[in-house]
Amino acid sequence: METAEKTLDEILTLAAAHFKVPREKLSADDDFFKALGIDSLQTLDLLTKLENHFHVELPDYELQGVTDFRTLATKIQARL
Amino acid sequence: MKQFQGQTLSWALKDGVIELALHREPLNEIGSLTLEELEKFVAVLDELSREAHALILYSTLKGGFCAGADLRQLYGWLQEFGQSEVAIQARAYLERIHAVMNALDAAPLPTIAAVHGVTFGGGFELALTCDLIIADKLARFCFPELRLGLIPSFGGIPRLKRDLGNAVVRDLLLTGRSFNTTKAQQIGLVSQVVGEGEVLRAARATATQMAKFDRTTAAAAKRFIKPIPLDELRHEIDIFCELLPRPAVRDGLKKFVENTGAQPYLP
Repeated sequence: METAEKTLDEILTLAAAHFKVPREKLSADDDFFKALGIDSLQTLDLLTKLENHFHVELPDYELQGVTDFRTLATKIQARL
Repeated sequence: MKQFQGQTLSWALKDGVIELALHREPLNEIGSLTLEELEKFVAVLDELSREAHALILYSTLKGGFCAGADLRQLYGWLQEFGQSEVAIQARAYLERIHAVMNALDAAPLPTIAAVHGVTFGGGFELALTCDLIIADKLARFCFPELRLGLIPSFGGIPRLKRDLGNAVVRDLLLTGRSFNTTKAQQIGLVSQVVGEGEVLRAARATATQMAKFDRTTAAAAKRFIKPIPLDELRHEIDIFCELLPRPAVRDGLKKFVENTGAQPYLP
């Protein structure tokens, strides 16, 4: 089982690579909409990328109101 | 008419394959104009099918295959017509949509939906008329209608039930959540999963394979295995038209249409 910190780090790395944002510019408590400059459609892409990477299902409704990487990591960690 | 260039979609018959491309910005929302152009297509489908061995539906837009019905148009009807009138208007529209969807479902040749990105609501229902769905890794499938106080109305429930069973329909319908391609393939919805940007190539390769088989046999096999669930489709229209005039629907549509937040596509 992955640790929460490792999960968070993998999310940041994956998001940075997919949306072509320097990894060092992202941090755990960033609002990922702002930090990545993404809209709702791109958020769905991120959700799919994360599900594929971690081999989990993350129902959309669990993301309602989630805006920062740390909370996102918590949601994923709960399904690993 | 072997090719057509419309405002919302285009088609062309080339090398024995009909390719229907959706290209209405922002995300192929199905409104009156798309319906009119789909009606033009199904009017010539039998004629085109005599020279073709497969039909591919796809989207040229980056965001995905189709976000579903044009909800702004539906909200406009609710504002324009009274409570009783809006159901009459919607029923007439849905009769036309169903005629198109049924014609695609029963097309006398194999059909492939090549989807990527958002494949939601009416877009998902359009894909469900096809014999196979080929999807790229980032496709997502969803019936978000319940959050508006409605049910899907383009034939999606009976078709998904026919193809996969009731439990899958209930999951998608009652939670409003979206499935990714991996999940969609696991449950039998998606036939092939391909990498990003590869979906049309994979669909064309599949169409080439289909060309190896006798056309009459393929059509007979399809008629045998893919009955159109006409009674349930009629019932779906009735339920939608009963639900539509309620204030909760108007409120749900208003909220969606006026939503400027970052997550309008998340149920």
